[in-house]
Amino acid sequence: MTRALIIHRAGPGVTVQDMGRPGFLAFGLSRGGAADRLALSEGAALLGQDAGCAALEMAGMGGEFEATEDMRIALTGAPMQASIDGTRIAWNASHLLPQGARLSIGATLAGVYGYLHLGGGIETPPILGAHSAHLAAGLSAPVKTGERLNVGEDARTDTGFTLPAEDRCGGGTVRIVASLQTEFFAPSERTRFQTTTFRRDARGNRMGVRLEPEGDGFHSEAGLSVLSEVIVPGDIQITGDGTPFVLLSECQTTGGYPRIGSVLPVDLPRVVQARPGEELRFTFVTLDDAVQIEARARDDRQGLRSKRVPLIRDPATIPDLLSYQLISGVTAGQDSDATEA
Amino acid sequence: MSDPATATWPQIRTAGYDGFLVSFGDRLSEPANRAALAFRDAIEKAGWDGVEESSTSLVSAYLRFDPLHRDHATMRAGLEALLQDRDWFAADLPGGRRLWRVPTVFGGDAAPQLDEAARAAGLSAADAIASITSNPVRVQTIGFAPGMPYLGELPPAWDIPRQTTLTGQVPAGGLCVAIRQLVLFPVATPTGWRHIGQTAVRLFRPDAAEPFLLRPGDEVLFQPVETDALSSLQSDPDGGATCEVIG
Repeated sequence: MTRALIIHRAGPGVTVQDMGRPGFLAFGLSRGGAADRLALSEGAALLGQDAGCAALEMAGMGGEFEATEDMRIALTGAPMQASIDGTRIAWNASHLLPQGARLSIGATLAGVYGYLHLGGGIETPPILGAHSAHLAAGLSAPVKTGERLNVGEDARTDTGFTLPAEDRCGGGTVRIVASLQTEFFAPSERTRFQTTTFRRDARGNRMGVRLEPEGDGFHSEAGLSVLSEVIVPGDIQITGDGTPFVLLSECQTTGGYPRIGSVLPVDLPRVVQARPGEELRFTFVTLDDAVQIEARARDDRQGLRSKRVPLIRDPATIPDLLSYQLISGVTAGQDSDATEA
Repeated sequence: MSDPATATWPQIRTAGYDGFLVSFGDRLSEPANRAALAFRDAIEKAGWDGVEESSTSLVSAYLRFDPLHRDHATMRAGLEALLQDRDWFAADLPGGRRLWRVPTVFGGDAAPQLDEAARAAGLSAADAIASITSNPVRVQTIGFAPGMPYLGELPPAWDIPRQTTLTGQVPAGGLCVAIRQLVLFPVATPTGWRHIGQTAVRLFRPDAAEPFLLRPGDEVLFQPVETDALSSLQSDPDGGATCEVIG
């Protein structure tokens, strides 16, 4: 029998996601992939597997799931209420999902995108070299009730770890670099952009999110007569009415609205995890600083696995104490170094 | 470069944290589009360590790289040296390009805005069809949607604006016109471009060995066919289109 995850119920925005499919930009197809890539790295670290493994991305609402055999799982990204057969389980942690048990994942408690990782990774048939659904391009679709997702073989058995995850839910300050059209905006507009507080608008999806500025909109000296140019995820385009859109993994590959700057890849999770109404601010950093920041972030991602620690359980809340493996941290000895995105 | 109007071009700019954009103009022209296609081809052939992806837009070549592997200064120096290598506005287009012949129904129920677009261009419907089908047009870039080509450049009469309101839905394979360009839609799309022709080509086929029908730099010759030819063309995945390598 195929090793699979059965979907008994799923929220409307549950999709299979990995690091996306680079290489098709020249053909009009953006990379796509997980909205919060750091969450993929965290899940991989918790399970001791490759960050390229596909996981379930859950926008706002999870679902109810069952495994056809014992499976290791990990939960990362926006925290959600989660339980196995009615017993609460911790977020930012790895667990054993026994065969036939019901994994229930509710609504997000903070943030937007939560992730369910499986030992061995989800192995739906690849499309153009990746498992990711790219909804804007019509590649794959959200998962549906009754669907069974194939899961790869898992050589490891260790579970019961947690990871001190970087808190990126709730908005905050986001670092940006100047980009090809930043100089279309007068220095005073760029300054005002950095001193303005924005609220994440309800309009938003995997292509991009709209931001509502406190005060007036923003205008470039080039107006709206800019020739279409390449768009990269993180670009902040200013639409005709002066409101910014931060473009995300499923963005169009080219666009004609001028862009005031581009969010550092390391800070994009903070943008995607901001809920409607939450506040975001932007601050320009130099390209040199950006490279330093990204270098540190890469090192942090590569060191994630060494940061995982055993989940500490309160024995009083464990009804069947003796059935638990109390010595955690034992691995099958097949650690490979965490792979970089 | 040789043309005084292009004196400030090309320009190298950063695009986000991990990209460079080399632009050959700030408006569409044949030499700028040619330069972008040829320069990107040269980037691909150079095979620089650290480059992860490249593409072209109408007048620019883009490359994405890993700045933690190869720094911005080194990458920029490489681009500057490559720019000095020749007059890119006069460069040969990349080799391996193809000429596609695409059967197309013009006007009628299948493409209801032919008459309106012809009027805007100051042409009769028959002259409009002749004007668009007598010479091949180049795939200037692919973007907006996967596999969707921008084609041109059409004769000056076709410098007509986009509509101020959107056409509800143009079907997949719809051929539309504005600002001396044609677009061909891979999926049904609301658009401000006028719908003058209908083809049966499938531009994006994710499951096929060749998922994208057209490549930037290819040429396309639209060939008029009768309305009733459309249904038989639709049974062919290529929509009756044929191609030959032109260089």
